[in-house]
Amino acid sequence: MQLRTVLHRRFRGDGETDFVYVATSAAILGVDAPTGAIVDAFATASGRDDEQWLAEQPDAAQAASSLHDLIDLGVIRPVGEAQAPRAQLPPMPFPLATLVLNVTNKCNLSCTYCYEYGEDRLTAGTGSKGAGKARMEDDTARQSIDFLLRNCGDRPQVSITFFGGETLLNFPAIRTAVEYAEQRATALRKRVHYSLTTNATLLTDEVIDFLTQHRFGITVSIDGDQKEQDRHRTFQKGVGSFATIAPRIQLLVAKNKERKGRSLGARVTLTAGAAPVPDTYRFLTQELGFDEVGFAPVTAGLGRTYALGELGYERLLREFGELAEDYIAAAIRGESHGFANLGDLLRELHQGVNKAHPCGAGLGLLGVSTEGDIGLCHRFVESKDHELGNVATGLDEAARTSFLQRAHVDTKTDCTKCFARPLCAGGCYHEAHVRYGDATKANLHYCEWIRGFVDLGLRSYGRILSRNPRFFARFETS
Amino acid sequence: MTNTDPVPPPVNVPRPRARILACNQKARQLAALVLAQRGDTRALTQDPPPTQYPYGCTTIFAPGWEVDSSNGTHGLCQPIERDLYDCYHTCYWPAQVPDGVTNAPSWTSSCGAPMQDWKSIDLVFP
Ligand code: SF4
Ligand code: SF4
Repeated sequence: MQLRTVLHRRFRGDGETDFVYVATSAAILGVDAPTGAIVDAFATASGRDDEQWLAEQPDAAQAASSLHDLIDLGVIRPVGEAQAPRAQLPPMPFPLATLVLNVTNKCNLSCTYCYEYGEDRLTAGTGSKGAGKARMEDDTARQSIDFLLRNCGDRPQVSITFFGGETLLNFPAIRTAVEYAEQRATALRKRVHYSLTTNATLLTDEVIDFLTQHRFGITVSIDGDQKEQDRHRTFQKGVGSFATIAPRIQLLVAKNKERKGRSLGARVTLTAGAAPVPDTYRFLTQELGFDEVGFAPVTAGLGRTYALGELGYERLLREFGELAEDYIAAAIRGESHGFANLGDLLRELHQGVNKAHPCGAGLGLLGVSTEGDIGLCHRFVESKDHELGNVATGLDEAARTSFLQRAHVDTKTDCTKCFARPLCAGGCYHEAHVRYGDATKANLHYCEWIRGFVDLGLRSYGRILSRNPRFFARFETS
Repeated sequence: MTNTDPVPPPVNVPRPRARILACNQKARQLAALVLAQRGDTRALTQDPPPTQYPYGCTTIFAPGWEVDSSNGTHGLCQPIERDLYDCYHTCYWPAQVPDGVTNAPSWTSSCGAPMQDWKSIDLVFP
């Protein structure tokens, strides 16, 4: 029979074990040298005849037994084997887990790269974004909570994320939503987890007290030290924001520690010419006291001056590699490390996540605009083309299902030959919308970067596994 | 490499002569399924064989419990902190830990990484 190795990626750890990432199942297998050689021998375009191959092996019995194992584990399969039927959508309506409330469209900063206000915004309009209300009213906030609790099935816990604009410009709506959610959730015997993203300019003592009291997961958008922060993250008049936010972040860090809050995250937007990633990481963790730092390349249409461009990604990958060395050393010592991008990737690799959709948008997660209109996620609210109903009148299930069908990874033909598919699944819908005008398209301008990053994750996984396999216990799901 | 702290030597685990190791959770599920279908895990098989097994130490039939299928010890019931945590969360085995389904659902919520902060798990008084 003609047999062929399925889509996969080989990588090494520190020891004598080689690894195979099987992209059809997202399994990670350790293989000894002879077994690795079998994986490689069958990794040809047209495959190989197994009997002919076995006849050439010095230890045919051992080779046959390993080949048998690899076939059963789905690493080597018959050429032309009928593919498993297309993975369907999970049973719809899929229960909601997270609702992102855009409590305001206004921002007190005007970061030059912002997708809400810059040249890449989804909605037309002058002044503030779109034609929607600038602030979410208390009624809408309460309706949103009811909507979430009505549509979360029997999940014992749901999440509410507050977003903006600058979220804290509408602190009253946040307070209303949290108080109402507490009351409703208690009645329904559910738990609610809150989180929010903020630029930190409005973190007063009162706000900090409220957020830490309700154990908010807090993410601060910050680009690094004073020089980095003030390059793009400026007030309307062009004045940098670092001097304003640094003391407030310190207050937040102190209070959050005192109350043993959730880990405090920084989110860095990477643009052309940014400082080295490891330097920024060290500044934000050591100088400012963040627990975790996530880095995201800026979302940008073609030709924006701040876009990273090809060379930028090469540099970024190199710097991610440098910071990964820190992570790996910490993991081998059994310590956690706050490089969030790598931590999230390693978690997904260890669990063997195999995505049919790139993210939870439209599935377990939805966004709500200031007026209560529902979108795929916070980045899509108020884009009329992607509207999925309103929290007062209900979710447009037909539109939701239709979008998810069109956005399924199996419809993205470019992704069928890509080993990063189980994790990427075509990438962010909003990014695709900005780049190609179609949210269901694969983000092909990102592939080199994604594959490079997944590869870095695999190599890091192998090295940690060879030296301290116990580290991954923290990522296990039950 | 920018971190100057010394890296400890590799964990000295006895290595069985495995040719293929199921490393991540997905691989372990697949391996358990393959073993079940081959019918050499009699203890849990029925006819027809079940397609799902409780995840936990009992799915890994190894002679002794020195290492698990990924060559480490984190999939085993030993050491004891792992035992506590796993019997509570993932295993059907009756254990002398609080019942996580009805009476103590957040017993381990203060403990993110059981191998390290198992000491933060508090007592439960019935
Ligand atoms: S978008 Fe690119 S990197 Fe992502 S799965 Fe598709 S081909 Fe792979
Ligand atoms: S579509 Fe993009 S921005 Fe929206 S949730 Fe998904 S990954 Fe995030």
